[in-house]
Amino acid sequence: MSDAKSSEKPGAVMAGVTQVVNWIDARMPLVETYEYHMSRYWAPKNFNMWYLFGVLSMVVLVNQLLTGIWLTMSYVPAGDKAFASVEYIMRDVEFGWLLRYLHSSGASAFFIVVYLHMFRGMMYGSYRKPRELIWLFGMAIFLVLMAEGFMGYLLPWGNMSYWGAQVIVSLVGAIPVVGADMMEWVRGDFLMSEITLNRFFALHVVALPIMLIMLVFLHIVALHHVGSNNPDGIDVKKHKDENGKPLDSIAFHPYYTIGHDLPAIVLFLIVFCSVVFFAPEMGGYFLEPPNFEQANPLKTPDHIAPVWYYTPFYAMLRAATYPLFGMDAKFWGFVVMVGAIALPAVLPWLDRSPVKSIRYKGAISKGMLAMFIVSFFLLGWLGTQAASPFYTLLAQVGTAGYFAYFVLMPWYTRVEKTKPVPERVPA
Amino acid sequence: MKRFLMILGFCALTTPAALASDSGVHLEPMTPDHRDLPSLQHGAKLFMNYCLGCHSLEHQRHVRTAEDLGIPTDLYQASLLPAGADMGSHITNAMPAAGAKNWFGAQPPDLSMVTRVRGTDWVYSYLKGFYLDPSRPLGVNNDVLPNAGMPHALIELQGVPRKVCKQAPEGGRDGLSGQPMTSEQCGFIEVEAGTGLLSAEEYDAAVYDLVNFLDYTGEPYRLDRQRIGVYVILFLLVLYVFTWLLGREYQKEVH
Amino acid sequence: MSNGEVNLARRRFLIGATSVVGGAGVVGAAVPFLASWQPSAKAKALGAPVRADVSKLRPGEILGPLPEWRGKPIFVVKRTDAMLDQLEALEPMLADPGSARPSQQPSYAANRWRAREERKDLSVLIGICTHLGCSPKYYPEVGPQAFDGNWKGGYFCPCHGSKFDLSGRVYAGVPAPSNLEVPPYTFESDAIMLIGEDEESA
Repeated sequence: MSDAKSSEKPGAVMAGVTQVVNWIDARMPLVETYEYHMSRYWAPKNFNMWYLFGVLSMVVLVNQLLTGIWLTMSYVPAGDKAFASVEYIMRDVEFGWLLRYLHSSGASAFFIVVYLHMFRGMMYGSYRKPRELIWLFGMAIFLVLMAEGFMGYLLPWGNMSYWGAQVIVSLVGAIPVVGADMMEWVRGDFLMSEITLNRFFALHVVALPIMLIMLVFLHIVALHHVGSNNPDGIDVKKHKDENGKPLDSIAFHPYYTIGHDLPAIVLFLIVFCSVVFFAPEMGGYFLEPPNFEQANPLKTPDHIAPVWYYTPFYAMLRAATYPLFGMDAKFWGFVVMVGAIALPAVLPWLDRSPVKSIRYKGAISKGMLAMFIVSFFLLGWLGTQAASPFYTLLAQVGTAGYFAYFVLMPWYTRVEKTKPVPERVPA
Repeated sequence: MKRFLMILGFCALTTPAALASDSGVHLEPMTPDHRDLPSLQHGAKLFMNYCLGCHSLEHQRHVRTAEDLGIPTDLYQASLLPAGADMGSHITNAMPAAGAKNWFGAQPPDLSMVTRVRGTDWVYSYLKGFYLDPSRPLGVNNDVLPNAGMPHALIELQGVPRKVCKQAPEGGRDGLSGQPMTSEQCGFIEVEAGTGLLSAEEYDAAVYDLVNFLDYTGEPYRLDRQRIGVYVILFLLVLYVFTWLLGREYQKEVH
Repeated sequence: MSNGEVNLARRRFLIGATSVVGGAGVVGAAVPFLASWQPSAKAKALGAPVRADVSKLRPGEILGPLPEWRGKPIFVVKRTDAMLDQLEALEPMLADPGSARPSQQPSYAANRWRAREERKDLSVLIGICTHLGCSPKYYPEVGPQAFDGNWKGGYFCPCHGSKFDLSGRVYAGVPAPSNLEVPPYTFESDAIMLIGEDEESA
């Protein structure tokens, strides 16, 4: 190496870094991978704010992993110690309250961001061929996330943790023939107990996070293989320059990473931290009042409701009130709920429209999507309320609206008049 | 299956009662203030004197209470620390679980986080809601928690409360005299004059202090959380300005 | 597209400034995670000072049952005048007779008696051998022992044969490198000793 004094210092540092990079690159495809996924990943130039929720989900995932690991350092998964260990974290561990609030608020933030992310997919037809696999991985992530949230909620061993889990696990009992045995198998005991707590702890801390990380990895690999969709649903790969770069695309890094995502992440953190520091209970929706007392098998809370992000599906579960074909309503409620969670997975095959994006679809699609949104919010709100005959009727209407969006889609996407999609992304 | 039906039946029996108490009772508002140290100190003293005999604060430590409330350690040890307890230990009592079930029907619950479960309005109204009721084993009842198994621990401070009927406004005015219209209404709680150590206002203030203290034990780090939050949000706003400007730099190239 | 040169300077500045502010944010975000590893209030409560009643200790006797402070056994011995008198004569055999290592005792115990002047008869030592952590045994009797034909009284560690005098000072030529540690201690009264706290650490 030649003399590298005084004004050549920055040059020397860069030269050193380049040497290290070259050493690694000769032994694993570092530069190639970086270029494939970041600096030469050509993303359509017309991304809007709906395209932020993927990266925001990753930010929340990192938050949950980090704060979760730190909470596990002080949490005790034993029936008689779990609740006290959470208060130990809140009071005795330095900044323990912050770790806990970050984690509890993060769980709600995760679902807000993921629902918006999924909605983007529904709006712009991101699930259409050749992106069906990305969508399926995403649905798997959604399922694992729901399980992760459910198991995590039992861990504080508060009274709502206990009774909420009791109600949901007893759903399994609705399955004919094997239901009762399955319930015992899930619980590991004749009733919700410390045994259930211990196994949910292992799943929540180890098994499901590993699955989540693997699925997110596969989700992104599948995405980068075919390239991103865009709000107009235009196939940008149809028009490329002489180097093979699509004319209507820009490099993901730095134009989206720094140009788009970085400020958005900071803005998200402002909103998120406002909740964490000033309203972590969020009026009883993020941290529920009955959960501030320990699980008591002899004392049911006044009103058992799942956490807000499960309420749309809970409302649909409760909406089924008629026995049919010799199976009681409880079973059909279970079927409706599972169906509602699973049905979006087949969207790629339900959507028969010649165009991908809602921007170019016909009036029926737009109306149906609006109805879906209204139904989802209505069901969500109903799920937080105690049941009543009128509310049950509303829930049935909402359930019909939710399912109609999917079940009728093969028909309305085919018959409606769509708008012509431009060849190139509009300026 | 049988067990599930039992649990479901239990829920069905308790839910209507629970819902009824939810909707019926008027709760007086009580806004806590963790910055009011004299109030918290007075509340701590009231708790140790009148409540600790039956109710623990098992998640709250003595040493932290003294520190947060600005009470010097030796003063705390002399006036608030139960005999034989360590400053570093949690605030527990000697109430035996088996005995408690016998005497009260249930173990008096731990109150560390009672205001996070019930709300400060509820606890405040509850402590002001006792009245004599000879039909109850302990001689008192409470509209906020009907048929509560708890005696009126603060009766010596409040005085003897009774349910009375009296003339009360029913809305509207009498056409002739212009006076508000009244009618005989029942269900008011009236304290017999001279039977309590405190006047009505003093009792209200004492209950406020006690509930304020219980709200503090529910979330003793609240002031820290809010203080740090201000700095975090301010920092993020500054960071946002920089990232927004930097982001625009790259956006300019594309558009 | 705008002017290339000017943009580059502005861009570099913004990248630099944002990185600095962002870096500060990362450090700030790391604080709660790192700080949460500090001893919690529970650890501090368990590590709190302990009281020992020395009023009934007879001369030459070690306080039993052994007090425990932060999980460590504490040797409290009321030494006779004879024991104190022969401390000086032993010094040529000791590795650190003047208690030169500040980590092994508070400043008021950096003397021959390794104790507070006003109660120099009372020896307070952490009963953990400074070699590899075994607990030495108290051998107060003067006279030949299996491990030393000319034993003048003190502590002997059975694990690897380290020897300490009645002030806990280590003999030269044994595996242990330093004197037995003296914990912070103070007197609440003539009878009650508070182990684990003194004016320096309180």
